[in-house]
Amino acid sequence: MQTHRLEDLARMVPDGARLALPVDYAGVAMAMTRPLIARGLRDLHVVCLPTGGMQPDMLIGAGCVATIETSAMTLGEAGGAPCFSRAVREGSIRVMDATCPAVHAGFLAAQKGVPFATLRGMIGTDVLANRPDWKVIQNPFSDDPDPIVAIPAIRPDVTIFHCPMADRDGNVWIGRRRELASLAYASACTLVTVERIVETSLLADEVMAAGVLPALYVEAVAVAPRGAAPIGLWGEYPADMAEIGRYAREARTPEGFRAWLDGADRALEAVS
Amino acid sequence: MSALLPRERLIVSIARLLEGVRHVAVGASSPIPAAGAMLLRALAERDGKPRVRISILGSREHNFFTNGSAELFDCAGQGRIDAFFLGGGQIDGEANINLVGTGDYPQTPVRWPGSFGSSYLYFVVPRVILFREEHTPRVFVEKVDFVSAPGTSPEEVYRPGGPHALLTSLGVFSFDRAARRFRLESVHPGHTLPEIKAATGFAFDHAPDVPETADPDAATLALLRGRVLTELGETYPEFARQIGADITAADLAACQPA
Repeated sequence: MQTHRLEDLARMVPDGARLALPVDYAGVAMAMTRPLIARGLRDLHVVCLPTGGMQPDMLIGAGCVATIETSAMTLGEAGGAPCFSRAVREGSIRVMDATCPAVHAGFLAAQKGVPFATLRGMIGTDVLANRPDWKVIQNPFSDDPDPIVAIPAIRPDVTIFHCPMADRDGNVWIGRRRELASLAYASACTLVTVERIVETSLLADEVMAAGVLPALYVEAVAVAPRGAAPIGLWGEYPADMAEIGRYAREARTPEGFRAWLDGADRALEAVS
Repeated sequence: MSALLPRERLIVSIARLLEGVRHVAVGASSPIPAAGAMLLRALAERDGKPRVRISILGSREHNFFTNGSAELFDCAGQGRIDAFFLGGGQIDGEANINLVGTGDYPQTPVRWPGSFGSSYLYFVVPRVILFREEHTPRVFVEKVDFVSAPGTSPEEVYRPGGPHALLTSLGVFSFDRAARRFRLESVHPGHTLPEIKAATGFAFDHAPDVPETADPDAATLALLRGRVLTELGETYPEFARQIGADITAADLAACQPA
């Protein structure tokens, strides 16, 4: 499998796509955020498995997102997601508030190729009350009243995430971050950025193979060293809390967000 | 040894509320519940009681999940998690919690991160401990603006789980699921019942004389300040360092002549 440039991957995401992104600690392809914004994408429906952080917040700040489906938006220790909060206040974004296991259930249904999965809990919440796409059904195996929530399959058009390594065949090492496999199984197209390409097959060694997402599910791979930064990557590097904190402060206003984007652009140009 | 710090009292209170559990899970960014769970585990080991398992999300040393972020919820759904902690931007007198925002949804003027796993875990984890340090009328409201998770459910709804207690910087409450009311069980030293009533936006039950939250014995405090703070430092280095510094400052102050 050939490796691609980040811009090539960004071109595989069309306007209006249902775009799935992983939780911060699983491996976020932050290096893809700017190429996506630079494309001027519009009307994305972003699905976070199961919560979102800086990447979807930046996409919202840049005006790429029409709908966000998530259990939470947070910058962790750095506080709330500033562009998301502003968009909610202004009513410029549609939020499909969820709860973590319900998002997992939607992906599981897609993984199985079935129309829905059922899940306990949620009955009586305003989360359920505001999700007309979730249905309360009677447990067909019970003679007594037993309401249970049915969550429709979530089938993203595109998934994007970041991992430590891929091999020349396009197999990707996801370790124990199994939510990355859930994303790929459910998505029509999965784009992966990696720290590095290894020359031996990741499937050659049984110990490594247990943590491999096979190339079968992977559309394209691009190399992006420190591609999750300033968010951390498991087993590789920690989060740059100072930089995330700076984003949290500066992105509180639209002007601050733009200035932060431009400033980081200049820093990138200085490096390249 | 110097006197108990307010945060140490919260940690000790959590260990007491967890007594008897086999497996307690702690969410991300929750150093005090994590420390309480670690203290419970250390006490159980010391006293030869059944082993306590703890799963601290965000930790490498104290989290054994290998099936991604779904595993916590699967584990809870199987009944393998006895206790968990939830907070809330708002908590009301019927133990409903709101993690979404204030005002009219969806265009809430104040928007919080979101419900996370609360809309599910509150139903399936038998002993949910509500923990919120800030004890003010803006947090403890008559009725939440948005129900992320309800305190109680109708009889036909599958619900082995729910609220067990509420711990704040002022005191400890139990929750009566049948009466759908909190009961103030103890007041932290230095605080009073009238102060708690003024800081709480809902009515609650209490004995005519509410006892003070008891101090731990010296051996428990030593365990907390030794092993538990060391374990906590792996996941929450800054928090553990701060408590360590506060203990040192209190020790020094105790040595000064009046």
